Amino acid sequence: MTQQWRGVAAEDHDEIDIATGLRLATRSRRLLGSLLRPQLRRIIAAVGLLLADQVALLAGPLLIAVAIDRGIPAALDGRPGPLIWCIAGYAVTGLLDALAVSAFMRQSGRIGQDVLLDLRERVFAHVQRLSLAFHERYTSGRVISRLTSDLDSLQEMLDTGLDGLFISLLSIVGIGAMLLVLDVPLGLVALAGFVPLGLLARWYRRRSRHTYRATRSWIARVIVQFVETMNGIHAVQAFRRERRNASIMDGLGGGFADAETEALRLVARFTSTVRLVGSVSVAVMLLLGAWRVLQGTLTLGVMAAFVLYLRRFYDPLDELAMFANSYASSAAALEKISGLLDESPTVGDPVAPVALPVPVRGEVVFDGVHFSYSGPEILPRLDLVIPAGQTVALVGATGAGKSTVAKLLARLYDPVAGAVRLDGVDLRSVTDADLRQAVVMVTQESFLFAGSVADNIALGAGPSAPRSDVVAAARAVGAHEFITALPEGYDTDVRKRGARLSAGQRQLVSFARALLADPAVLVLDEATSSLDIPSEQAVQAALATVLSGRTALIIAHRLSTVMIADRVLVLADGEVIEDGPPTQLLADTGPFATLHTAWHTALA
Amino acid sequence: MNPPQQSSLAVLRRLAPYARPVRGRLLGSGAAALGAMLAGLGSPLLIQRIVDGPVAHRDRSSLLLLSLGVLALGVVEAGLIYLRRALVARPTTDIEKRMRADLYHHLQHLPVAFHDRWQSGQLLSRAIGDLNTIRRFVAFSGLFLVVNMLTVLVGMGVLLTIAPALGMLAVIMAIPLVVLCGRYERHYRSAARRAKDQVGDLATTVGEAALGIRVLKSFGQGPQATQSFLAQARELRRTELTKVRMLATLWALIIALPELTLAAMLALGGYELATGSLSLGTVIGAVTILTYLRWPLESLGWLLADAGNAAAATSRYWEVRDTAAAVADPPQPRAPAQPIRGGLRLEAVHFRFPGAATDVLRGVDLDVRPGETMALVGATGSGKTTLAALVPRLADVTSGRILIDGVDVRDLALVELRTIVATAFEDPVLFSASVRENVALGAPQASDDDVRGALRIAHAEKFVDALPWGLDTRIGEQGLTLSGGQRQRLALARAVIGGDAGRPAVLVLDDPLSALDVHTEAEVEAALRRVLRGVTALVVAHRPSTVQLADRVALLAGGRIEAVGTHSELLAEVPEYRRILSAVEVAGDLSAVAR
Repeated sequence: MTQQWRGVAAEDHDEIDIATGLRLATRSRRLLGSLLRPQLRRIIAAVGLLLADQVALLAGPLLIAVAIDRGIPAALDGRPGPLIWCIAGYAVTGLLDALAVSAFMRQSGRIGQDVLLDLRERVFAHVQRLSLAFHERYTSGRVISRLTSDLDSLQEMLDTGLDGLFISLLSIVGIGAMLLVLDVPLGLVALAGFVPLGLLARWYRRRSRHTYRATRSWIARVIVQFVETMNGIHAVQAFRRERRNASIMDGLGGGFADAETEALRLVARFTSTVRLVGSVSVAVMLLLGAWRVLQGTLTLGVMAAFVLYLRRFYDPLDELAMFANSYASSAAALEKISGLLDESPTVGDPVAPVALPVPVRGEVVFDGVHFSYSGPEILPRLDLVIPAGQTVALVGATGAGKSTVAKLLARLYDPVAGAVRLDGVDLRSVTDADLRQAVVMVTQESFLFAGSVADNIALGAGPSAPRSDVVAAARAVGAHEFITALPEGYDTDVRKRGARLSAGQRQLVSFARALLADPAVLVLDEATSSLDIPSEQAVQAALATVLSGRTALIIAHRLSTVMIADRVLVLADGEVIEDGPPTQLLADTGPFATLHTAWHTALA
Repeated sequence: MNPPQQSSLAVLRRLAPYARPVRGRLLGSGAAALGAMLAGLGSPLLIQRIVDGPVAHRDRSSLLLLSLGVLALGVVEAGLIYLRRALVARPTTDIEKRMRADLYHHLQHLPVAFHDRWQSGQLLSRAIGDLNTIRRFVAFSGLFLVVNMLTVLVGMGVLLTIAPALGMLAVIMAIPLVVLCGRYERHYRSAARRAKDQVGDLATTVGEAALGIRVLKSFGQGPQATQSFLAQARELRRTELTKVRMLATLWALIIALPELTLAAMLALGGYELATGSLSLGTVIGAVTILTYLRWPLESLGWLLADAGNAAAATSRYWEVRDTAAAVADPPQPRAPAQPIRGGLRLEAVHFRFPGAATDVLRGVDLDVRPGETMALVGATGSGKTTLAALVPRLADVTSGRILIDGVDVRDLALVELRTIVATAFEDPVLFSASVRENVALGAPQASDDDVRGALRIAHAEKFVDALPWGLDTRIGEQGLTLSGGQRQRLALARAVIGGDAGRPAVLVLDDPLSALDVHTEAEVEAALRRVLRGVTALVVAHRPSTVQLADRVALLAGGRIEAVGTHSELLAEVPEYRRILSAVEVAGDLSAVAR
């Protein structure tokens, strides 16, 4: 794999050693078991239907035989009775067969769809619970491929594999018993055919695991490339990246096609060898049986029945092989999905939640907080008390740790040591639902979801938020004017990621979103960077009213925003180096005053 | 989206250009399937003869021979089964790969407006899920559909020859079967289409939830997002179950009709035997043939279903492929003026978003002289970004024209135009690739020196060198996270990289300083000053500091250029400009406070 363009990153591992492989296999089997267990009744019902079908199937040829052997001669003798009975009986078994198969299909369809729905819910809900640190490591592309193409391959197995598995297992067990009943030595020889089949299955399982794992990894890469290209299409086109991208996609698509081809060839070898073993068994059985008939130790009738059954004994093996194949393909997907489900949220819901006081006052305390993102320490030790209702501005150079403080307060991360407390309650003891009601964070990336402007503003307050509240929030940040100028006003579809709006307009919408959520603590992380000066001034004016009575933590690059704060904290290397009201700091000659001068120079 | 109008066959025929180059292998695979089926049918006949012949007559000599015959048939069957699969393994994965590559190629050339309209999940599900459906159809169901239909036709023919009356019964059965299959296929296909569209919507929701995870987390919207995802997933389940029910009903018919026919055949056969117009052997033969046709007939049910799925996938695929690229190369591209001086001129440019009622730009006239830096200033939502996107033709003007050195941008080859014009966006998109790859985005042949040169101009060399693997460090979503200022400097480096084609003559910079703090802003500003030297530039600006970089400023308001002049001229003369760009009010407050 020469993929120099991807660059180097800390974690790239596709090869898996044997011990890990076993662990993965158990993990995915456990997942499959937990998915199928609630469906047990239906599975039993489905197997019952299949049994009925098999009985009808076995009865049919018997009735034809009777019709030919007895009915027709009798009819020729002028007694049409037996023939008519046989024919009627045959028609009835035919209809029963049809009904049983049809009912079975509905049943197994429901089983498959319910399993899928169950799994979709589990994965999606789990992904939502996982902490931001996980998402930043795992990335959206992988989440997307887990929930799309990996789930698809499981659906394939459920669609095509399950009935094959049931039918073939049933007939193999049934016919195997029948063979043993007919003649023990011959039956044992027939069963001996399962020894090479077992070995074959083991070989296939080993090889296919590896191959299908490769297909899953390649398709995930194809998906990432595809999604990134489509999400960054303007950059792709403006920089004539199309050709380079095409050659990258060619490589990835080629890798996937190679892995897929390899998997298909493996299936070809596996199914044909299974069939070969079956055929050799039949031939051996035939010779052995015939020899014993000639010896006189076997009757001709038993031998004939034996051969007929033998054929039907090995036929379902094809189905079994197909199931083994779709299982192998979905096993690789299950491995990845179960791995995702195995991740536990590092920022999880508390075991014993503590309720926040009602109403939340909004006093925030950073108590000896240490923090690092698996690297050097970002916050060596932060002690900070923000009284309820205070507006605090965080100032400092890139990398000073401003955003980290904001993320800790919004509990997107947990401190490595120490605690962040809201009204005296450790954030780790607050349920997510309570916390999100109390603390809302607006970031620079104003992500809009598909849907109307109103839907996007109402995100935090829920779809039941009355339109008047939505409008009021939009008015408060000065977004009402441009929204009403849109073709359908508040009901205008914002299109993919809000493509219909400009960057500044998107920020206003996400600002209104935060206001409508009406939290006790508001965290603004460069929430106004794309606004022009009039809009920013409108937002600042709004903030003055909105922030009264709320605790607020503001990170802003514009000093004008900083000036509305009650208190400014200047951060450097994770430590507070200056703390006080902006007016007082301006009067001093500290870092803030220097910053202010720089800002003025920029304006001049 | 649209209900299916064409027949499945007509839709599936559009796969022909991809299938044609490998038709030999496909035919070979079909022949192998047919052969395997015949070999499978042959061995029971042979076994019958062994039991009736050597065993019954105690004939040891021919026993071995016939047994070997059975073995040989079995080996041939296994070999053909292998061939059937192995022959199409490579061709069909290649078809999938080529179709994906062509779709990807096409999507890369569709204008930004198309991408704004189409949710990414719908595109993704076409590129992955639908193509998988198509591959499996070509490799498997399509093949068997043909082989099995042929088998059924041949079987019917044989039946009609050996026992015309009994054969007629089979033909009579076939009529309702064909009619029902046809009707069912249409319904099934529209359900399959609905299911696939729902899969696409689901993928869109998944994508948004994954990309918007920070917002969802900040607002504690995880449970709600899960609920709405589930609602969609339940819709999909309902559609899938509709498909299952349709298939189950059809299957019941497909099983029941031949069985009833067989019963009728026995009755008619018995009657004809009694009247002496048929022999027993013929009746048994006819019944045996119909029994053999059981599997090919039954399989038609799900083969048709698969054909419906494949047709839905194919039509979804071509829907996108058939979308003409609205921004395309001119039929006869003109060569740009040599040497390129970089004069940029907008004449009466109008622009209207597709489907909108009014124009965003209503006659923009602007002249940027070669080498000049022009700042573009306007209120939020005034159309600055839209205007900037028109220069590299990310969208085309609705009317009017844009000239570079007197040549309409629409007369230049796109590659040429986008080599002359480089763009940096407000939101600098980084791809999950190395720093080198990200900077040399459009110039993959650029050397390390070129990349370093660009990084140096953009004031980014130092922080890149400090990354764990330097230029090779993977950045973007799947790699190292960079700060806003770092990302914007990389975007600048990307815009100025030279390479073989030389540096771009026209730079379009969309608010390149928005995400920066005061420290970094000063650094990037210094970088920008160097970047802007010697090129024509159109710089969208929100801030007085950015405007400072420009020689002149144009004010965009009401969809037109309201004023052009230097910063101080406009500040003095144009009240609207003062309103938008002057921080006097705030600064005044501040200084008052400071004093």
